[in-house]
Amino acid sequence: MAEHRLLTEHFGMEGIQTLAGYERAGGYQGLRRALRELTPDDLVAQVKASGLRGRGGAGFPTGTKWSFLPGDVHPRYLCVNADESEPGCFKDRALIEGDPHQLIEGTLIAAYAIQAPIAFIYIRGEYFDQRLLLERCVEEARAAGYIGRGILGSDFSCDVIVHGGAGAYICGEETALLDSLEGRRGQPRLKPPFPAVKGLYGQPTVVNNVETLSNLPHIVLRGGSWYASLGTEKSKGTRLFCCSGHIERPGTYEMLLGTPIRELLEEECGGVWKGRRLKAFQPGGGSMQVLLPEHLDLPLDMEAVAQAGSALGAGAMVFMDETTCMVNVSMRLVDFYHHESCGKCSPCREGTYFESDLMHRLERGVLAPEELTTLSDICDNMNGKCFCPLGDTATWFVMSAYAAFRDEFEAHCGAGRCPVREPRAAEAVA
Amino acid sequence: MSVLSAATRAEVERHRDRYPQARSAVLPSLWALQNQIGHVSPEGMREVSEILGLAPSEVEAVASFYAMYLDRPGGRHHVLVCVNVSCGLRGADDIVAHLERRLGCPSGGTSADGEFTWEHTVECLGACGGAPAMQVDHHFHENLTPERVDAVLEAVRAPSARAGGDRS
Repeated sequence: MAEHRLLTEHFGMEGIQTLAGYERAGGYQGLRRALRELTPDDLVAQVKASGLRGRGGAGFPTGTKWSFLPGDVHPRYLCVNADESEPGCFKDRALIEGDPHQLIEGTLIAAYAIQAPIAFIYIRGEYFDQRLLLERCVEEARAAGYIGRGILGSDFSCDVIVHGGAGAYICGEETALLDSLEGRRGQPRLKPPFPAVKGLYGQPTVVNNVETLSNLPHIVLRGGSWYASLGTEKSKGTRLFCCSGHIERPGTYEMLLGTPIRELLEEECGGVWKGRRLKAFQPGGGSMQVLLPEHLDLPLDMEAVAQAGSALGAGAMVFMDETTCMVNVSMRLVDFYHHESCGKCSPCREGTYFESDLMHRLERGVLAPEELTTLSDICDNMNGKCFCPLGDTATWFVMSAYAAFRDEFEAHCGAGRCPVREPRAAEAVA
Repeated sequence: MSVLSAATRAEVERHRDRYPQARSAVLPSLWALQNQIGHVSPEGMREVSEILGLAPSEVEAVASFYAMYLDRPGGRHHVLVCVNVSCGLRGADDIVAHLERRLGCPSGGTSADGEFTWEHTVECLGACGGAPAMQVDHHFHENLTPERVDAVLEAVRAPSARAGGDRS
């Protein structure tokens, strides 16, 4: 079984980044059908029937999320989470570059389903050219009557605003995204109330991921039950997997859920590079626990990967070959969370600082062996005790790597160097 | 004399009027300011705050939270190199060492000719499929080698000889 192209079907097609090109490929027929043939309630029912789950990492059922909106409170808002910043993750960028109008069409369908008069696309600041592309596409769609007052002759009106972030991973957390969109420091809010009840400007709000919304035109055109026939019992449809690291062909591959990870690695990615062996991989981006070669036969299925002690997360697979130093990888990830901690709660703000300090000393080989216990203690005092998941996930990779590669961590202590990357340095000195 | 040009002022006003609440225009307005003068200066932020009807401190507090707003003038071009895991696995440290040699300053510094301010960042740029990667003036450059870095820098340097600063 090779790639299953649904969202990526038109990637690379000439003119797909223009409205004319997208319409030639059948674009905006899903929106047309939704507005003419389906009520908002029908749409919610279709998406519930499809089994579509959020593609941002948490995997919450999309139709259910929509149905949490209180019936009588308006206006409601839709926020598209294009703040993709998870280490290893670049699928939303691929979807924006590869088929930007598909996202805009999906956005409008979702806005219709929840009756939102404005949809905001919050795109990370680093995706500068991608923001300009989306802004151009939004204007094209507006000029053609897909955005604005009385869309396609219906009584549904919706504006779309593309909003650029400015470099803050935390804004991918939905309530931090809302604060950022309101013009504040992007720090998470206490939940409840959940955004569905009190979100942007205190109004009911749905936050959906780019990939989630890109599925909607297909679900509207082909039906929820068709979509539900793809994938596994609980993980429906396809997903884009961002593959990177020590592989022959890095890139995004759209796979039916349920396909074995080994197939993704060996057939799509061309296997581990340079004929080397796999040492470890991360199945869901920088936040998720490390997995080992013995886990390659797991299916791409949220429940199966969770059972193995990790998570599919946002669909980022980072593969590491036999030469990789797990302490070095852990250090980079810990540095990332240290840099990205928003500072709101002390376990995360202080914990990531200490984690980073310990990992840097471990990587240089100057950490005392007993300080590894300090590292464990700090992580234990962060995990589950932070205000939002950022602080929890700042411990997951390093603790899982420490458990799986304990010898390697211990060998760094007092070695005066990295014993993995510089195995012969000590002999040369001796 | 005002910091914001007439065009930037008009852009900030457009952002202010676009959102249900004017405060939402803070991030796009800071971008407009930075695109004009290359960083977000206190004077510029004060003018932005006046247009948006906010206290200067409310705008400054936002600006200091986000990594991409630069608080001081830098070189004509800005180079950002990813050193997160995917780039690290494919040689980002070599790219960092090369840039340091090539531009003659450590991360965060500006080359003596004023052309380039560069830094490495752990903030994953979302270019892991083309690792190692960097951005120059927000544009992606992927599958880097030291030779390719040199070629990119040379290509960027050439047209900038006429003028600099405005990156909008």
